[in-house]
Parts: sequence; structure tokens; C-alpha cells
Amino acid sequence: MSNDTNAVARLRTVIGEPDVAELAALRQDLAARADADGVLDLAYRTVDTPIGPLLVAATPVGLVRVAFEREREDTVLAELAVAVSPRILRSGRRTDAVARELDEYFAGRRRQFDLPVDLQLVHGFRRTVIAHLPEIPYGTTETYAEVARAAGSPAAVRAVGTACGHNPLPIVVPCHRVIRSDGTIGQYGGGVEVKSALLALEGSR
Amino acid sequence: MPDRPFEEIVEEHGSVVMRVCRALLGRDDAQDAWSEAFLAALRAYPDLRPDSNVRGWLVTIAHRKAIDVLRRRQRSATPAAEPPDRPTEDPDPTGDDDLRAALDALPERQRATVVYRYLADLPYPEIAARLETTEAAARRSAADGIAKLRASYGKEPSR
Repeated sequence: MSNDTNAVARLRTVIGEPDVAELAALRQDLAARADADGVLDLAYRTVDTPIGPLLVAATPVGLVRVAFEREREDTVLAELAVAVSPRILRSGRRTDAVARELDEYFAGRRRQFDLPVDLQLVHGFRRTVIAHLPEIPYGTTETYAEVARAAGSPAAVRAVGTACGHNPLPIVVPCHRVIRSDGTIGQYGGGVEVKSALLALEGSR
Repeated sequence: MPDRPFEEIVEEHGSVVMRVCRALLGRDDAQDAWSEAFLAALRAYPDLRPDSNVRGWLVTIAHRKAIDVLRRRQRSATPAAEPPDRPTEDPDPTGDDDLRAALDALPERQRATVVYRYLADLPYPEIAARLETTEAAARRSAADGIAKLRASYGKEPSR
């Protein structure tokens, strides 16, 4: 038996282990080929920003999710696997544009995002709200009540809050520009400090 | 439908699949087989049954892709070509080349069983199911294969 163990150990040595660089190159190539073959349903990467790393994920249609570090990468990817597709790979290409535009935004050189988005994670009234938010100009704010009126349901102030809280594309779809009627900042998925930082960056607070 | 992102599957099993490809092919061809295997696996992934052994599933795909690569290589090979990664002047003091040659010389089923068991660490019931044989036969194949590998360096070359 120990002879067998020895033979197995020698076999493993002869075959060897792939090194990290070899596998990394193969994985990058796999993502590119999968994208070209139309089987990469979701491509994602993380983008470093002044408010921490952001996870961005895109379908062939467009950007489908932006997530804060506090939401945890593995949790967000697991949710996307169920809600969109498990055919998910880390890949640069498809998320290059959003990474660049986020860099420009945080450098103060971009006032609006010019990207295809995929709103498949938002339905019904929430979608109406999310669709309205990009109309709030950079550097300004609206109250939850104003957004409710703009979305055609003036009484649905609380539902607007919920819709903003579940915005799958924070920052790109500017739910941080929605504040409370009494002028206080209100809630934010990325944390109230992040909301303040974004409004300060835009010069509106 | 599986609920794990495919990226995690590649992360977890990428090395095992590479060992399998290297064992069934040379190092250069192993990369081709690895890529083909994971691309095919990604394509089929949504249809994978949730109770499947993911490693066993991947190893089977890699095995199939390695056979494809071998066939392509045989079709395009020039008859007198030397294996490029085995220079004849190498005295092979470790016996590693002999072991490699012995692995290549194993009957197909024995080689597959040795690779599934000892390089992919699959349990015998899974191996038996994947290779469409019985557990007892799989155990016998693996033992016979390992005995031949041991003989390759355990005694002087017979030539």
C-alpha cells in the first residue's frame, strides 16, 4: 500500500500543478471566448473608487448591477446567479466602459453616465421610479415626495423610498439625489456617509 | 438550474481539470483541452442537475475534450514527428520520463481510472458511474494501472 502511495506521489509530481499565471491567462481567455460565443450571460469586475470597491456586472444588454462592498461580492454574485443566470465570469471587456465612466465621475469629470443599462432586476412601480431618477440633474436633489409625483403616484412616497433602497444600479442611476422633504439626507444602500460623500462630490450639499 | 456562479466553479476546479488534461495529453495540448472543456461546461452549466458531482462532471468533459484534441493531433501529425517535450539526450536520472511513458502506455480504461482516482480524487462510485463500469472493476483497473506505473521506475528499464 505504501508503495502505491509512493507511486501516486510520483505520478502527481510528474504531472505537476499549473502555476497561478498559467491559470489566470487561461481564465481570461475563457471569458473572452465565452463572450464571443454568446454564452457569457454575466461579466463582472470590481472598480476601486474613493468610496470603496464597487462590483459592476453586465449582461449582453447592458449594466445590470452595481454593488457596494458592504453587500459582499459572493452574496451579490449568488443572487445574480439565481436572478439572471449562473453563467457568470470575471471579465474586463464588457465592463470597461462602466469602469472608465466611474473613474471620470469620481474625478469630477463626468456629470452623467452614458451606458446601456439592463433593468431586468426591477419591475412594476419600482421600475417607473428607477427610470425617472436619471432625470434628476447632477448637483441637484429631489425629495421622495417629488419623485412620487413624477412617477405618477403622489401618495406612494414610502414605495419610492423602497424603490430607491432596492436600486440595482446605485451611482449610475442616481438614487443618492433623492432626499427627505425635511431636508435631511434619508437612507442609502451604500450607507448614509456614502450618500453624503456623493452629494458633496456633486456640490449639492 | 445550479445556483453557484460559474466563476466559483472555475476557481475551485481549474487546477484539477488541468491535472487531468496534462495527464491525458502533453503540457501544450493540455491548455487547449482545458479551454475547450470549460467553454463546453459553461455552455451546458444551466442544465447541470443540482445534485451532480461538479468535479466528476468537469473531469468527464475534460476527458472527452482531451480525446478530441488527441484525434485532431493524430490527423495532422507528420508520421515521423518526435514528441517535442521529450528530448532524446535527456538521461532522465529521476525516472520521471519513464513514469510518463508508462502512463501513456496504459490501456485506455486503466489510464482513465488512474487519472480519475489519483489526479482528480474522485470517489470510486462516481468513477464507476462516469466510466460506465462497476465499482469493483474500477478499483481493479486503478490498482492494475498503479502497479504498472510503479514497475516503470521500480526496476531497471528492460530495453
